[in-house]
Amino acid sequence: MADRKIPAPGVNPETEPFWTAAREGRFLVKGCASCGKNHWYPRAICPFCFSDRTEWRPASGRGVIYSLSVMKRAPEPYVMAYVTLEEGPTMMTNIVDCDFDALKIGQKVKLVFKPTEGDGPPFPMFTPA
Amino acid sequence: MTIKGKAYIMGAYEHPTRLAKDKSVAQLHAECALGALADAGLSKEDVDGYFCAGDAPGLGPLAMADYMNLKLRHLDSTDMGGCSYIAHVAHAAQAIAMGKCRVALITLAGRPRSEGHSGAVPRMRGADAPDTQWEFPLGVATINAYAMCAARHMYQYGTTSEQLAWVKVAASHHAQHNPHAMLRDVVTVEDVVKSPLIATPLHRLDCCVVSDGGGALVVVAPEIAKSLKRPRVKVLGAGESMKGQMGGEVDLTYSAGVRSGPAAFAEAGVKPADIKYASIYDSFTITVVIQIEDLGFCEKGQGGRFVADGNLISGVGKLPFNTDGGGLCNNHPANRGGITKVIEAVRQLRGEAHPAVQVKNCDLALAHGTGGLLGSRHGAATLIMERE
Repeated sequence: MADRKIPAPGVNPETEPFWTAAREGRFLVKGCASCGKNHWYPRAICPFCFSDRTEWRPASGRGVIYSLSVMKRAPEPYVMAYVTLEEGPTMMTNIVDCDFDALKIGQKVKLVFKPTEGDGPPFPMFTPA
Repeated sequence: MTIKGKAYIMGAYEHPTRLAKDKSVAQLHAECALGALADAGLSKEDVDGYFCAGDAPGLGPLAMADYMNLKLRHLDSTDMGGCSYIAHVAHAAQAIAMGKCRVALITLAGRPRSEGHSGAVPRMRGADAPDTQWEFPLGVATINAYAMCAARHMYQYGTTSEQLAWVKVAASHHAQHNPHAMLRDVVTVEDVVKSPLIATPLHRLDCCVVSDGGGALVVVAPEIAKSLKRPRVKVLGAGESMKGQMGGEVDLTYSAGVRSGPAAFAEAGVKPADIKYASIYDSFTITVVIQIEDLGFCEKGQGGRFVADGNLISGVGKLPFNTDGGGLCNNHPANRGGITKVIEAVRQLRGEAHPAVQVKNCDLALAHGTGGLLGSRHGAATLIMERE
């Protein structure tokens, strides 16, 4: 099956370090030096304590599926999902490179970067661990 | 301060079209305005407040107010997706209570069916929105965002596809009596669960229709309401809220209705058990189940059991809902179902619903909606109304 085309994300100054790291194969999350918590999606201002002392932190890329939906009504079926990272936050993503109908909530998954269209940076997705 | 008793819904109009290839969006808005003002027994010259949301063409309320040549002293373009118009009624009541306007007009219209929209296609909701770069490339569409809520609700509470199907079954029982409804055939649970899977676990018949059309409401000050001939529908209470991904502490099993609902009940001074009729936004069957729980009609997690076995069918169940057929069968103009929820509640309170679905002695009704995507970020608005 041909890979679905993934639109390139619209990188901006606030998020550029994430996508630069992604090009190098490194997966980052944003954490807060003030309250200590990690969050998703990455922001300059902590969504929990509103501190501006946020920092990029390397993440393991390990997580479990919180919920998922197999998009059947598409030229190339794909899987929308939320994955809860080992580092805490739950992020919206796709599950790729597997038997979609066998996926289960609670299943362990690992990060895989998938290429995006044009010159776009690779996008963080997951596949069964 | 409260809006309780400070304003009345005196005009309500649902455009009969479901396919408007020969009309513009502005024209549909104006036709709805005309219909609601005529229903109230008022004219355009009486309008001094105007409310619209993102379906209105142009910048906020400016283009439509100019198109209709309104002379305004109050404007509001609050946009929280499909539930905006439920919030607009509350905002109109607030403005009226503060003396900022006396006759508020609310319009919604759109032609997504003519324009070929589908809830199965990813939709860009602002290239510069902070979430877009993280979500749009994933192919998040309306249906799969809601489907993830359904999947989690099933996992956590044991909700079944058959229970969700009952929501559609009830809507279809009502729609058979509505000559304007897009889908008038009564369906069974089996019909729903055997219809094609669109985004697991949701089937084709778990989804609302895509329709052209619109609606309008006229909300007025008490002294104007008393001068009009139509039955008076009093605004008793309202609430609004939103819920997102909470910085990554995602919980797909509840909606912002957990805040908008209790606020509305508290302001109205009534309980869920007092409600005779409920309009509940039915973008998908799961939307109804989650909202019914959040509004307190049943305990969290029990929504699937609550809606089963015809409990939402007028004359049969405990909570008659969406007696026009709702978004699932009747109409979902502009992909925004909020205004039709208020309109059918007004019909019920006036005793003007179809006789086959009219709730007896319907003196207290609720309209509640969700806007945006339940599975990522959404608004919620609740409105409680009383027949006077």
